[in-house]
Amino acid sequence: MSEPHAAALSARNAEPARPPHVFVRAGGAPDLPPPGLVGGPLAWAQANLFGSALSAALTLASLAFLAWALPDLVRWLLLDAVWSAPDGEACRRPGAGACWAYIGAKLEFFAYGSYPREMTWRVDLTLALGAALAVWLLWPGARRKGLGLALFFGAYPLLALYLLHGLGDYARALLGGIAALTGSATLRDVARNALPLVPTNLWGGIFVSLLVATVGIVVSLPLGVLLALGRRSKAPVARFLCVMLIEIVRGVPLITVLFMANTMLPLFVPAEWSPDRLMRPLIGVALFASVYMAEVVRGGLQAVPKGQYEGAMALGLSWTNMMRLIVLPQALTIVIPGVVNSFIALFKDTTLVAIVGIFDFLRAVDTQRLDPAWAGPTISATGYVFAAAFYFVFCFGMSRYSLMMERRLARGRRH
Amino acid sequence: MTQADAAQAHAPLEPPRVPFWRAGWTKGALWQGALLAAFVWLAWSAVENTAENMRLRGVPTDFSFWWRPAGFDVNQTLIPFSSSSSTYGEAFLVGLLNTLLVAALGVVLATVLGFLIGVARLSTNWIVAKLAAVYVEVIRNTPLLLQLLFWYNAALKPLPNPRQSVALPGGIYLNNRGLFAPEPIFGPHFDWTLWALGAAVVVSLGLRAYGKRLRATTSRRPPMGRIALALMIGLPLLAFLAAGAPLAWSVPELRGFNFQGGVRIYPEFVALLLGLSLYTAAFIAEIVRAGVLSVSHGQSEAAAALGLPRGRALRLVVIPQAMRVVVPPLTNQYLNLTKNSSLAVFVGYPDLVQVFAGTVLNQTGAAVQVISITMAVYLVISLATSAAMNLYNRRMALAER
Repeated sequence: MSEPHAAALSARNAEPARPPHVFVRAGGAPDLPPPGLVGGPLAWAQANLFGSALSAALTLASLAFLAWALPDLVRWLLLDAVWSAPDGEACRRPGAGACWAYIGAKLEFFAYGSYPREMTWRVDLTLALGAALAVWLLWPGARRKGLGLALFFGAYPLLALYLLHGLGDYARALLGGIAALTGSATLRDVARNALPLVPTNLWGGIFVSLLVATVGIVVSLPLGVLLALGRRSKAPVARFLCVMLIEIVRGVPLITVLFMANTMLPLFVPAEWSPDRLMRPLIGVALFASVYMAEVVRGGLQAVPKGQYEGAMALGLSWTNMMRLIVLPQALTIVIPGVVNSFIALFKDTTLVAIVGIFDFLRAVDTQRLDPAWAGPTISATGYVFAAAFYFVFCFGMSRYSLMMERRLARGRRH
Repeated sequence: MTQADAAQAHAPLEPPRVPFWRAGWTKGALWQGALLAAFVWLAWSAVENTAENMRLRGVPTDFSFWWRPAGFDVNQTLIPFSSSSSTYGEAFLVGLLNTLLVAALGVVLATVLGFLIGVARLSTNWIVAKLAAVYVEVIRNTPLLLQLLFWYNAALKPLPNPRQSVALPGGIYLNNRGLFAPEPIFGPHFDWTLWALGAAVVVSLGLRAYGKRLRATTSRRPPMGRIALALMIGLPLLAFLAAGAPLAWSVPELRGFNFQGGVRIYPEFVALLLGLSLYTAAFIAEIVRAGVLSVSHGQSEAAAALGLPRGRALRLVVIPQAMRVVVPPLTNQYLNLTKNSSLAVFVGYPDLVQVFAGTVLNQTGAAVQVISITMAVYLVISLATSAAMNLYNRRMALAER
């Protein structure tokens, strides 16, 4: 070792001169205690429940909370609950828990509203078809999704409209007139045997909630894509209009949009075109869902690498083909989780249509609790718990699906 | 291949013939012009139809209703309001202030609760983390309206009547008419206390700046936080005692069928505030969790390697970096809470929508004006917040490498 180096070393080992406020550790750290338990449930509990004094205190507090809340909850929901009763008498006695008999008695009303009971098969059929199409589209490995998309966004809404609404006298007369003019016997039979009209003021319950959500989905996806493309387009007029619409609608609460659809929409059009009372909130919800969808899709469009756009242009694709064949398929795949999340928000928001007099599921629950045959101290809570369970099953299911898709997409992108 | 074919194959390619309406700037101008024309036509016909329909229905087409007497009562107001002398304009103000009140309180409550739950969900304590997760999932997957109705109709309405009130510590009574609490009555010279508090805040800010400079130049860290805290408690207390403790309490008392005196908090307000705060807190908890998880583990390991204790590692290293991820979506949640406060109309709390877009609209029939004003209010709040957010984002972006 050379002389200067050794000198430097000894200088470093000597007590250095340093300002008093600078901390340099002088000795070694104190020895740590030996590790305790390393395996088994006791070790797990030590690590995850009693890791420190604070953790132990929190564990005890949580256990105390559970011991206080859980038995009462179980007793109210199950043990003290009234499972079957002809009316609210049994539910009104003191100490009674949830009144499930009331849910059983009102289930048909909660599902269909005032839809004529002998025709509820039309609702069931519509819902079953919609569910089948939804499974087809959402199943990750399902084939021929293009056909499924065309059916869901094209044929299904028309079929559902016919099934649920039927043909009114006016449409029937029109069809009959055409039949008479053309002399077509089949058309005449169709006009005679078509499903009878069920006016929308009889519609209600779960099926209206699902209807509002479905209309929102069917309209918001294509319209949202259009708005997102418009917002990203280089054409100033289109961009300005899209940005205005998106920012204005996103800046106001859904309730005001519904109020506007309900009171101002009939003013915007000539008096004889005034939309149906169910149609107005549907337009409001669809518009509201579309602008949120547009922002989700925009995120996807921005996430597609620039090289994809440039590659498409280098191939000489027109703008339409570039978007249709290259960009949108990638962008929409990326945003599937976001789209599902906005469906969850949309489904929860459908409850607000009650403000303009639509009899959705929550409103059906909220009005029936006042039925004098059943009214009692536990009826409100029973109804709300039932409704919460319904919404939870749908929304939680969708959010799990969204998570699963997110993982699948991440796995696909890793390679 | 014949000679002629070969010659043709090598000839320079002619640009394809495209009709002028499909090429170059004319294409863009044409379809944009058509779009603009369609929009103008739609807007114009909507205005025409609206004017015609409003004339047919005989509803007012101007804003003169604003200065006319309202003739209805509002039970919770921040400004004096009476059915006989107040105008529709004042009713608007009452609603707006009530909206801002519930939104401001909701933001504070939701933030505190959301941060607590977000941290709890990240806790190493298994049972605490699971409880927080159950809370977040249940709240986020049920509609807010359902929760509001639950709090109002199933939790607060079945409370006992005033004669059998639930007595809480501190002279607070809870019954189905609301929450009754003692109300402070400020005597003369109470303003001294407020002035002292103001002075303490100013002095503390000065001390903080001085402490920062001291740290930068000499790296000494005087306990400025404790000094400031002592100032902010001590000075107002001194002023309060010097003025002769000018504070009395008006205690609620049961007289007849209801409580008199004290301050009354209506169940509608409680239900709305509770529902909004609990709902938004679940979303804020998820944002906080994502923010903390977004700070890479190496950061806290590096802080530990530098010898920072856990608390200071959190305060100086993890939280500043997490805040950059947390703040933008957090503002979004604040906006959502403000917009969701319009659900007040379902529980009967007199907010902007309930008073103005509800009662005033029904009484005056001026649908177009009332709805436009209501939307404009929310729009201004939203746009102002997002403008402030963009400013913040730009500052944060500059701080990055």
